[in-house]
Formats: sequence, structure tokens, C-alpha cells
Amino acid sequence: MASAMSLKSITLAEVRNILGAEVLNGDDLSIKVAAVGAADLLSDVLATSKSGTLLLTGLVSTQVIRTAIVADLCGVVFVRGKKPGDEILALAKESRIPVLATPLKMFEAAGRLYMAINESR
Amino acid sequence: MPEAFESVYQVLGKDFSNAGRVSTSIKDTLKRMGISPAVVRRVAIVSYEAEMNLVMYATRGKMSLSVSRDAVTLHVDDEGPGIPDVSLAMQEGYSTATAEMREMGFGAGMGLPNIRKNADEFDISSGVGRGTKLIIRVTQIV
Repeated sequence: MASAMSLKSITLAEVRNILGAEVLNGDDLSIKVAAVGAADLLSDVLATSKSGTLLLTGLVSTQVIRTAIVADLCGVVFVRGKKPGDEILALAKESRIPVLATPLKMFEAAGRLYMAINESR
Repeated sequence: MPEAFESVYQVLGKDFSNAGRVSTSIKDTLKRMGISPAVVRRVAIVSYEAEMNLVMYATRGKMSLSVSRDAVTLHVDDEGPGIPDVSLAMQEGYSTATAEMREMGFGAGMGLPNIRKNADEFDISSGVGRGTKLIIRVTQIV
């Protein structure tokens, strides 16, 4: 997992704009993001993330959503234009995990969020 | 202060679409009991890693949750192949996972080390042909 950054104030709505992302689940985009992490290995997310972290991942499986539930993540962004299937979205909806999808690659998505966070300080 | 509580959950091996369901249910239960969010999160994380191991490697197994005044304890008991060398399996990065397991974001040899790291007490016993037993305890729960 890439290093988790502490954020001053950035919301999911800002994340959507910064990443040109589509919101696939989530009604309340005013949720504050406490930290951002990028990983494809869920064991690393479980081991190193703080609660309230926004996860950028290129891994598409129901286990991503279950990891978000278990680790109290504030949302998931699927990168590289990956779109989760119905089963994954149904679980996200049921467990109120916000889900976004961006065409950006992991490196650029993380970079843009890193820049935005530093500017907001 | 939570009331004493016990519950047993059955887990089926290779049932990947339901993998994690028990742990999210354990998390809800603990949350409803008024246990602090930090403790609930730690228990949920160790439970989920243990549940994924069970689903990935065993035929079936059970997870028992018990809550007392001072600790949350998970007993995990599987009918699986067993681990030939437990000390090797406890090393970060050591894994016998298949490509299918890795594609789900697990199987990188971090599960057991993560469990030990997040638990206050951890015990593992395993043998080839007799399955694996874990006892995981998180203390100072209030």
C-alpha cells in the first residue's frame, strides 16, 4: 500500500471532480476523506490503512467492498476505467460504501489527489 | 460494559462470493454491543483474514466469537489440509496461494502475520491432515 496521507479537508465530491470520476454508489458526497491509500493487495489495506481512508485500487472483486466494510474505509475508487459488476455494486449499496470509477491510471489518480491535498493545506 | 456473549458461525471453503460475510456480521454484532470502534475494527480485521484463509484453503470450518468483560476472543477451527511448517507460514510473504486467490487481493503471505500483529494474544496449532486451529484474543475492550 502506498503511504497513507493525512488530509486537511477534501470531500468525495472534490475527489470526483479531481479524478473525473463517475459515482457508481453513494448519495452523500460531502463525506470527508481522512486519508488516501493506493493498493491492489487487500491484506496490505487491512494491515496498514487507518479508518476513514479512501482506497484507490485496480482490483475488482467483492472482497474490495468487504475490505472497505471491515476496515471502516470512507470509499473506494476503481482506477484504469475498471467497472465493478452488479454483485459488487449491490454489496456496496447494501453496506453504504461509496464507489467511484475513474479512467485514470493508479499513478496519475494518486498523484492528482496528492497535489490537491497539498494545495488545500 | 458488554454482556457475556457467544456465537458460532459456519464457513464453507471455496465459497468466494460469501467470503467475508461472517466477519462483517461479527463486526455488526460487536458494534451493537457498544464496543469501541477501534476494538471492533481490530477484531473485524483479524476475523476477515482468518475467514479468507479458511475459504481459500479449507473444506469447511467454524468461527466462534465470545465476548467477556475484558476480551473478545475468536476461535477458528477448520477442516483443511493443515500447515506442514507453521513457523514458515508465520513469515511475511511466505505463501502457497494459487493465482485465483491472488487475483482476489489475498494470498500474498500476509494473512497470519497480520492476524498476529492485530491480536493481543494469538495461538496457532496445525498439522497435516488435521486442520488448523487459531485462538485470537483482543483485550482491553472498553
